[in-house]
Amino acid sequence: MVKGSFKGRDVLSISDFSREDLLHILSVAGQLEKKPRPDLLKGKIMASLFFEPSTRTKLSFAASMIKLGGQVIGFADVRTTSVKKGETLWDTTKMVEAYSDVIVTRNDVEGAPRLMSEASSIPVVNAGDGANQHPTQTLLDLYTIQKEHGSFDGMTIGFVGDLKYGRTVHSLAVALSHFKCSMHFVAPAALKMPDSYITMLKEKGITVEETDDLDAACKHFDVLYMTRIQEERFPDPIEYQKYKSVYKIDKRVLELCKESVKIMHPLPRVGEIDPKIDETPNAIYFKQAANGIPVRQAILALVLGELE
Amino acid sequence: MTSKEKTLRIAAIKEGTVIDHIPADKIFTIIRVLRLDKASGSVSVATNLPSKLLGKKGVVKIAGRELTSLEAEEIALLAPEATLNIIKDYEVSEKRKVNLPEQISGFVDCMNPNCITNKQPVATRFSVKAGEKVRLKCDYCEREMGQKQIRIL
Ligand SMILES: Nc1ncnc2c1ncn2[C@@H]1O[C@H](COP(=O)(O)OP(=O)(O)OP(=O)(O)O)[C@@H](O)[C@H]1O
Ligand SMILES: [Mg+2]
Ligand SMILES: [Zn+2]
Repeated sequence: MVKGSFKGRDVLSISDFSREDLLHILSVAGQLEKKPRPDLLKGKIMASLFFEPSTRTKLSFAASMIKLGGQVIGFADVRTTSVKKGETLWDTTKMVEAYSDVIVTRNDVEGAPRLMSEASSIPVVNAGDGANQHPTQTLLDLYTIQKEHGSFDGMTIGFVGDLKYGRTVHSLAVALSHFKCSMHFVAPAALKMPDSYITMLKEKGITVEETDDLDAACKHFDVLYMTRIQEERFPDPIEYQKYKSVYKIDKRVLELCKESVKIMHPLPRVGEIDPKIDETPNAIYFKQAANGIPVRQAILALVLGELE
Repeated sequence: MTSKEKTLRIAAIKEGTVIDHIPADKIFTIIRVLRLDKASGSVSVATNLPSKLLGKKGVVKIAGRELTSLEAEEIALLAPEATLNIIKDYEVSEKRKVNLPEQISGFVDCMNPNCITNKQPVATRFSVKAGEKVRLKCDYCEREMGQKQIRIL
């Protein structure tokens, strides 16, 4: 890793990061978790530009910045900004660039963060752009797996639920393709993992299994990555009803799994994980969400050049 | 009379460009994209000619004009099998296959309606993915398009 090579870098898409980059971010996150650095980003300003509402990600970024001694400005409601008056995203970015050190942004329009990165000379961190990317979610997923499971090599991960539209699944699969792990994709045919990803994974030598039978597959998993089947993906509510509860992680399913299985979920959940699972040692989805803090701290400190 | 002489008799040009080996169903798109309706010199178009390579092919002959590199890129996208023949003094002076650059800017539309390039005044940009079939990946929304989805502005 080149010293300081993260300084000024944008964090837009998980595909922009090599295996070494990913491991480096995880190791910096680990350091920050062990040894807090409350003055590291003193005097730095993070502009938090959420063009699409989000509570968890927005708060997690703000908390990360504040815990490092930095400050946060921004908006969470487009109605209160000149964006509504028709200002282009380019112009908004240019203006914000003039008085902050890093931009964190979410937009339901795909590719918007990359456009902002082209307009700005300060780093831009994508906090989610529609169905496209949410790289810090992927990094905190990786961090969680590393912390709870140990290593990526040799691991079997099972992705369950909506694998067609689930961007967290797509990005995590891309990130994990840098390692020697096996991936199982469990989904009804209508929501299966897109072929382009399956082809890419196989080309990289990853062992891939596809099935719709969770009961049969789950015994192989070291990590079970559960996802929500999103109502808004279905134009027809009857279709949604059909798929809504095809998979549910409850005590019965847990019995079929390895005793050591770790259950992850990007949250929010709507019923696909029985709350009774929460108190088992297998449930790590709340820890996963909390891991957003060290990971986002690491990203902010790295792109601002305060850590190498 | 050989078939070649027949073709030449219909459309022999002194200087210009012959685009050969165009799949028959792409010919009218190419005419539109090259804006041949506005051409100043003669343009002849033949289609549904038998072809060993393509089954049925089209040929476009444009007098007095060489293609710009942008136009050659557009043809490469629409008809990767096409051959460009540069005609000088009635003879084929240069023959080349069209090929795609690694990146394409500006003239192709992103198929994703929720892409920033379809929402704000910003030029499109795609990475060309190598392989048997042309695939374009939008640099902004990262969506991939196959040949059938490519729409030229
Ligand atoms: N002076 C000309 N005016 C118009 N068309 C021409 C002229 N000379 C050649 N052509 C056309 O250009 C194309 C290429 O000519 P060429 O003689 O190289 O044919 P070819 O050997 O079949 O080429 P290829 O191997 O590329 O199929 C043919 O479609 C031919 O009809
Ligand atoms: Mg020929
Ligand atoms: Zn796009």
